Amino acid sequence: MARIESEIGVPKGGFMKWIDDRFPWTETMKYHITQYYASKNFNWWYIFGVLAMVVLIIQLFTGIFLTMNYKPSADEAFASVEYIMRDVEWGWLIRYMHSTGASFFFIVIYLHMFRAMLYGSYQKPRELIWIIGMLIFFATFAEAFAGYLLPWGQMSYWGAQVIISLFGAIPAVGESVVEYIRGDYSISDITLNRFFALHVVLIPIALIALVFVHIVALHHVGSNNPDGVEIKDHKGPDGIPLDGVAFHPYHTSKDLVGIIVFLMVFCAVVFFAPDMGGYFLEHANFEPANMMATPEHIAPVWYFTPFYAILRAVPDKLWGAVLMASAVLLPLFLPWLDRSRVRSIRYRGWMHRLALTLFVISFVTLGWLGMQPVESIYVTMSRIFSVVYFGFFLLMPYYTVIDKTRPVPDRVVYRG
Amino acid sequence: MTDDVDQKRRHFLTVATAVTGGVGIAFAMYPFLASLKPSARAQALGAPVEVPIGMLEPGEMIRVMWRGRVVYILRRDPGMLSRLHEVTDLLRDPDSADEEQQPIFAVNEYRSLKPEYLVVEGSCTHLGCAPLAQFEVGPADDWFGGFFCPCHGSRFDLAGRVYKGVPAPANLRVPPYRFIREDIIMIGAESGAA
Repeated sequence: MARIESEIGVPKGGFMKWIDDRFPWTETMKYHITQYYASKNFNWWYIFGVLAMVVLIIQLFTGIFLTMNYKPSADEAFASVEYIMRDVEWGWLIRYMHSTGASFFFIVIYLHMFRAMLYGSYQKPRELIWIIGMLIFFATFAEAFAGYLLPWGQMSYWGAQVIISLFGAIPAVGESVVEYIRGDYSISDITLNRFFALHVVLIPIALIALVFVHIVALHHVGSNNPDGVEIKDHKGPDGIPLDGVAFHPYHTSKDLVGIIVFLMVFCAVVFFAPDMGGYFLEHANFEPANMMATPEHIAPVWYFTPFYAILRAVPDKLWGAVLMASAVLLPLFLPWLDRSRVRSIRYRGWMHRLALTLFVISFVTLGWLGMQPVESIYVTMSRIFSVVYFGFFLLMPYYTVIDKTRPVPDRVVYRG
Repeated sequence: MTDDVDQKRRHFLTVATAVTGGVGIAFAMYPFLASLKPSARAQALGAPVEVPIGMLEPGEMIRVMWRGRVVYILRRDPGMLSRLHEVTDLLRDPDSADEEQQPIFAVNEYRSLKPEYLVVEGSCTHLGCAPLAQFEVGPADDWFGGFFCPCHGSRFDLAGRVYKGVPAPANLRVPPYRFIREDIIMIGAESGAA
């Protein structure tokens, strides 16, 4: 059944014709893979979308195997995780892949989002891709938060206590909302049970659906590129964008290299530093949950800390919660906050470059501050960097307009 | 026939069907949403608990569980009680004006039934961490002993009253309780038998 390349996708008969008469297999493969043309000048920033998919698959796969031994009950949860770690054959590997995968998910997603900010990938006509992506980000937050309660360690318990209590800041109905989320008067077996259901059923289904929609939207408008030019504007006589190359085999083979490098790093962490010195798995979580005493030093896992630092910067319950929620939600509006006519940072002026640099500094510093104890120096710093964080978004409609941009080339610039 | 479709009628029927179906789905959702409320068992576990306090020395504190929450019982010594007056200016709600935070019997300068015994929920009114007991005065000039929340730095005095300028909005909550005997406290019931 050897076939030459040009024949693939145009079955004249046989089995594939039988399928294609009943299901648009060949058509779908062409549209999304073999005849989906993405820009030829992608750089390494463009690897993180694929890597996010790889981590999602790792999480789904290892997660399924963890549920086969995990027990979602307050009496047994902590012990069942220890059981997986010690008594289940290769259980430690599956569990560490899952816990490391959670942190890598966020590393990859944050870099993927930053790539979009670098090259203006959220701008018209890709606003929906960005918004769907933000929904994926929110769902991932919920998924990680629900998952962190499951081992029922000290940090699981008190982290959930703090985050769920945030809803208590809602005026009038706050306390009822908190009680409704917990399903009890405190975080209990009931809460653990429902978080398990959310973590393994509802949110994963939502995530898969959102990722699907994200890609459908992307393939409809086409990928952006480091120059931020529309490759569809310059097509050859065959109707194929001159600067585009087919996703398969060109981008897939390049992505494969990225995936291999990524897996090398991933495995190194899983094997040699699965707790990453307390950053991926916090030390206090190796103690079972104790409702009587909060750990002296409590901080969420690193991927939540930038927002947590903003919460702590405000000496008021309601406003702390409001500012934290705004910090999480603000990026949703990027497509409309950015008024620049230029997409890519390559052709933007110094103002946007400076703003983006300050944003990265503030985000990373807030992340660090969110892990520090509550001392006045750290609180003051958190306030300063919170202002920078919000300034980046709220002043964007001004500085992107007055910023001097450089002329954008017609076609992508191929930098060897 | 196909030419004289009554569009108005068709539109009305479409909307009517959608609305009827929507209302049906909304009603059908109620059992699912209601199943997430605290169950009958969770409510039953909120029953009062009896706590013997005869062994408490002045200055000592114990922690007990009630409704899955921590309750602190502190036997304050005379020095602690006198310090309550020194901090009044530093507090957000020194007179317990917020009615939500204590039963009426605890609206007094000690926020308790008997001045000696403080009974408060060990749950910070900010985000629910368990405040640490730090009863010694100092080292800071404005620290007269009380409770310090390690999570976000909220501070409370020896009657569980919140300081100004901290994230916690209200005083520590006083649960309903009463003395069954001189040395037994019942938490969760103000009056009547358990």
